[in-house]
Amino acid sequence: MVQNFTLGRREAVKALLADRKDLLVVTGLGSASYDVFDAGESPANFYLWGAMGGAGMVGLGLALAQPKRPVAVITGDGEQLMGIGSLLTIATKTPGNLTIVILDNGHFGETGMQVSHSGLGAQLDVIATGAGFRSVTEITDIKGVNDYRPTLQRIDAGPRLARIRIATGHVDRALPPRDGVFLKNRFRENLGFAVT
Amino acid sequence: MNDVAVRDDAKDDTQSGLSWPAQIYKTLKAHGVSQISYVPDAGHSRLIELSHADPAIQTTVLTTEEEGVALSAGAWLGGDRSVLLMQSSGVGNCVNMFSLAASCRLPFLTLVTMRGEWAEFNPWQIPMGKATPQAFEIMGITVFRLERPEDAEEVISAACSLAFESDQQIAVLISQRMLGRKKWTETK
Repeated sequence: MVQNFTLGRREAVKALLADRKDLLVVTGLGSASYDVFDAGESPANFYLWGAMGGAGMVGLGLALAQPKRPVAVITGDGEQLMGIGSLLTIATKTPGNLTIVILDNGHFGETGMQVSHSGLGAQLDVIATGAGFRSVTEITDIKGVNDYRPTLQRIDAGPRLARIRIATGHVDRALPPRDGVFLKNRFRENLGFAVT
Repeated sequence: MNDVAVRDDAKDDTQSGLSWPAQIYKTLKAHGVSQISYVPDAGHSRLIELSHADPAIQTTVLTTEEEGVALSAGAWLGGDRSVLLMQSSGVGNCVNMFSLAASCRLPFLTLVTMRGEWAEFNPWQIPMGKATPQAFEIMGITVFRLERPEDAEEVISAACSLAFESDQQIAVLISQRMLGRKKWTETK
């Protein structure tokens, strides 16, 4: 069951977010937030520092409110596992503009690299298909990431889920802002809503 | 989530001619609510029907209540006003997710149909029903009570203003006495 994946998480996220255009990004707490911050700070990023299991649903609420903007949720396997039922909820709404990207190293990286359910054999891609996701993609190398990048710009035919199998190696933290009110106001202002 | 309460009858607000669920729906619309999420409850069934029938409202059925807390956050980030409907038995599921609304000072409004507080038949409903106001309050959420159908518009309107104009987190508890007893025997 144990497989060794070699794709670096920072390299993968940087490639995924290159030339991101109008993409709105919600990140799951922990390493996914650090990866997205490291790839390039943007007011169109909303970093979660808590609310474990909620990233996908924040993405859904946003995608329904902004149907003409592509929305990506970038999160880890552990974060998505805690909100696994939300994959069913997201699928029922068929948000064309929403893509869930799971950076899957099969471990809970932030808490001591305990093996996750994914690492123990749970197939998140199969679960997403069963939940009703219209498009599910398994990615294991940088070519796969580069090939997938234009898909993040789509605002139709979603929801999509990409499971990117990444290496477990240590990566230094890169810490985005963690003041939630700042992140909220910055994000909304960027979408044209006045901060009152 | 657990069993569901059924209203004995639709208790109408005689002044407006609208039932209280219709009054709530109308008030939410007047405050610009465009997303509603729910874990079903019979006490909310009419409001859920009205929401689904309205193409201007995105209506989302949830697998568990805390999904709705996160959905409301994303909706607000994208410029939408969202309301979460649930039964008191689901409030405890949300506790950690309430951190999201508190940390980001997000508008949050939930309407909660109460179980375990009035003429309850199912003892399993009572612990969470009794703990519901405190479960909100320990996370900093302001609790309102809706006890009488004729107060629906005023209470919901005040809750909407506090939530969406003053960035507050508000729970409106709809009393079990107002919802009516659940029928436990089928009449044929």
